Amino acid sequence: MVTRREFLKGAGIAIGGMALGGGIVAGIGSMAHPSTKEKHHFKELPEYNKALMFFTPTEHAVIEAAAERIFPKDENGPGAKELLVSYYIDHQLAGAWGNGSKEYRQGPFYPGEPTQGYQGHLNKQQIFRLGIEALQNEAKKRFNQSFTSLEGSQQDEILQAFEKGEVEIKGVSSSYFFSLLRSATLEGVYADPLYGGNRNMEGWRMKKFPGHQMSFADIIDKDEFVVIEPQSLHSQHHK
Amino acid sequence: MAKELKKTDVVLVGMGWTGGILAAELSKKGYKVVGLERGANRTLADFQMMHDELRFAHRFEMMQDLSQETITFRNNMKMRALPMRQYGSFLLGNNVGGAGTHWNGQTFRFLPYDFEIYTKTVERYGKSKIPEDMTLQDWGITYEEFEKYYDMFEKTIGVSGDETPLGAPRSNPFPTPPMKKTPALELFFEAAKKLNLHPYMMPSANLSENYTNPDNISRPACQYCGFCERFGCEYAAKADPLNTVIPVALNTGNFELRTHANVVKILHQDGKAVGVKYIDTITREEYIQPAEVVGITSYALNNVRLLLISKMGKPYDPNTGTGVVGKNYCYQTFGASAQGFFENKQFNLYAGAGALGACLDDFNGDNFDHSDLNFLHGANISITQTGRRPIANNATPPGTPSWGAEFKKQSIKYANSVLSVGAQGASLPYRHHYLDLDPTYKDAFGLPLLRITFDFEEQDRQLVAYLGEQTEKIMKEMGADIIQAGKTLGPYNIVPYQSTHNTGGAIMGSSPETSVLNNYLQMWDFENVFIPGASAFPHNSGYNPTDTVGALAYRAAEGIDLYLQKGGLLV
Repeated sequence: MVTRREFLKGAGIAIGGMALGGGIVAGIGSMAHPSTKEKHHFKELPEYNKALMFFTPTEHAVIEAAAERIFPKDENGPGAKELLVSYYIDHQLAGAWGNGSKEYRQGPFYPGEPTQGYQGHLNKQQIFRLGIEALQNEAKKRFNQSFTSLEGSQQDEILQAFEKGEVEIKGVSSSYFFSLLRSATLEGVYADPLYGGNRNMEGWRMKKFPGHQMSFADIIDKDEFVVIEPQSLHSQHHK
Repeated sequence: MAKELKKTDVVLVGMGWTGGILAAELSKKGYKVVGLERGANRTLADFQMMHDELRFAHRFEMMQDLSQETITFRNNMKMRALPMRQYGSFLLGNNVGGAGTHWNGQTFRFLPYDFEIYTKTVERYGKSKIPEDMTLQDWGITYEEFEKYYDMFEKTIGVSGDETPLGAPRSNPFPTPPMKKTPALELFFEAAKKLNLHPYMMPSANLSENYTNPDNISRPACQYCGFCERFGCEYAAKADPLNTVIPVALNTGNFELRTHANVVKILHQDGKAVGVKYIDTITREEYIQPAEVVGITSYALNNVRLLLISKMGKPYDPNTGTGVVGKNYCYQTFGASAQGFFENKQFNLYAGAGALGACLDDFNGDNFDHSDLNFLHGANISITQTGRRPIANNATPPGTPSWGAEFKKQSIKYANSVLSVGAQGASLPYRHHYLDLDPTYKDAFGLPLLRITFDFEEQDRQLVAYLGEQTEKIMKEMGADIIQAGKTLGPYNIVPYQSTHNTGGAIMGSSPETSVLNNYLQMWDFENVFIPGASAFPHNSGYNPTDTVGALAYRAAEGIDLYLQKGGLLV
């Protein structure tokens, strides 16, 4: 493998012509952090990430259970619960994504055709709240229990009904809520651990995805499959 | 009151590929150029945390903020157009470099057939071959005349490639050799050759080796990190305006880059533009920038919107087929594909580059006989290895549920064992596919949004069915154990991502009756306004558009230079 230092040295030589607005030079400078030894009293830190910014504890438990059905623990490795996907979803909902701050949110609002995409006025925070409430109601209706007390197969039955759009939710279709929950679960499994899910990069390890690497130039044309220990963006920022 | 600034030779609206190329070429010639960009500036330091799939590929960090401005869409004139509230089908770029920063780098020339598509189609098949409502027309320039501009753009960005059998002829070889051939691409090559097809390495703007261009800009070779599309390149190996033309323009001392400058109107009087009005998006102050020449160099869709808002050129009327601004909106016809699952083979699919691929043109343009086919044109067929990032890529064999235990098992099993051959279909113009201003929805400044009226036609469905067959044959020959072929096409749907290849609306041609621009990208009705960009395409070919967009900008630069010397219409 070409190390980053070796590559940048090569790139530095390549930048023999006109300077690119100082960008590359600045880039090299900012990468050259000396490694900082962590002090003794920061060892064995608790996982402070495991706290809630948006959900109530009950809402969190429902999402944790539902996400585990979408991406369950198996012989390949951990499921959504152990990967902290529910905390990832909680943290995402608390921010720009949950608020829909980069979506066009001006009216008038009309239902539209399926080819025109989401036309609701509710943001993802509101949709998740309504969706969780509907999961609970459905669990009560079908099995007279809370969603989190159900057997896996019972939870699956409810989630399948949501996926098919068979459950009535005021203001949003259950299938749309389910599609958000499914995509957010996969994001929590496979996004860089800096977002709070994909705990210890175990999502990546299952897929043999190496995460953030500076170069694959040496293996790109190789016949054999190369397994590389993953790195997260943490390794880019703290070297 | 808007503050009026000192007049400049050339003002450019938007600083992506076309704005950057005009800025470099005209400032090198000594003209004073002001570049207005509504987004922020960027440097390589902005790209240091780039290997973040969530932030850039799924939260669209590099894209235009839709809360400020979007488009509205409907499939046909009977439907109510509604705003694109979230990203889907295409991604609008933002900030200096524009969409030219988050492209993949696939750099194809259009075919000679494309430039004279009407004439050549009629010659070979007769007029009756063209459906009545298909508004096919020639580009007003031949490939032979246009070739040198491709050559200029390709040398600026250092395209890597080798011979392109059945592709457009070249006056010069590619500036750099092709990218590395991976085992997956090798499988495609072998299969295609066995089928008597003509595979070649995809022309790439992700450099295969270190390269110094004619402007003395040096960039390093691609590291195959697997983060191109939707990302900026932290190595500057993938060509973008920031690492090629913009520093050249700045270095002349004749170019001023003004960011956070959102142009809301082209100002004009007596058939000539006098300058542009823009709003500083930080202070909200209004400015007028007078200029001898206005270059409208933003994204294709916004170019058309600015013309309509500024009341320049005759708006297109789909009922009568008259007028020109908004006419011939085209897109790209994807859907023909074959996904192959391999039981006993793993490929290093996490590694890749945006334009690392192999492809063929046997079923593109008019390279094959259409006499017995119910469609025109075709598609470049390709396999690419662009980096299989794990959130986006969870392919499973047909019949697998989309979540749960079986989904997890299969998506992990095939994570590095699935290859895909796809066809990038041409998109041909129809009388009722067009762009105009939405009557209801507005942007953050109170200006009307652009409205897109577009759908797939029988032409597209036939193309997908035929090309789908070809991709399936190739995948079978490649030895996949399970194949899922795509051969059908529903209505155009703005939700799933397809491609950021929106074209037309301010097209070039040989007559003011049927086009907005002449072949110098000069407006017929406003001789000091030039609009290079995909908005000038009379139709979209079976290839990625950026090479042609860049070439058009070099053609327009030549036109603006001529115009500043002698004035008047150049054609």
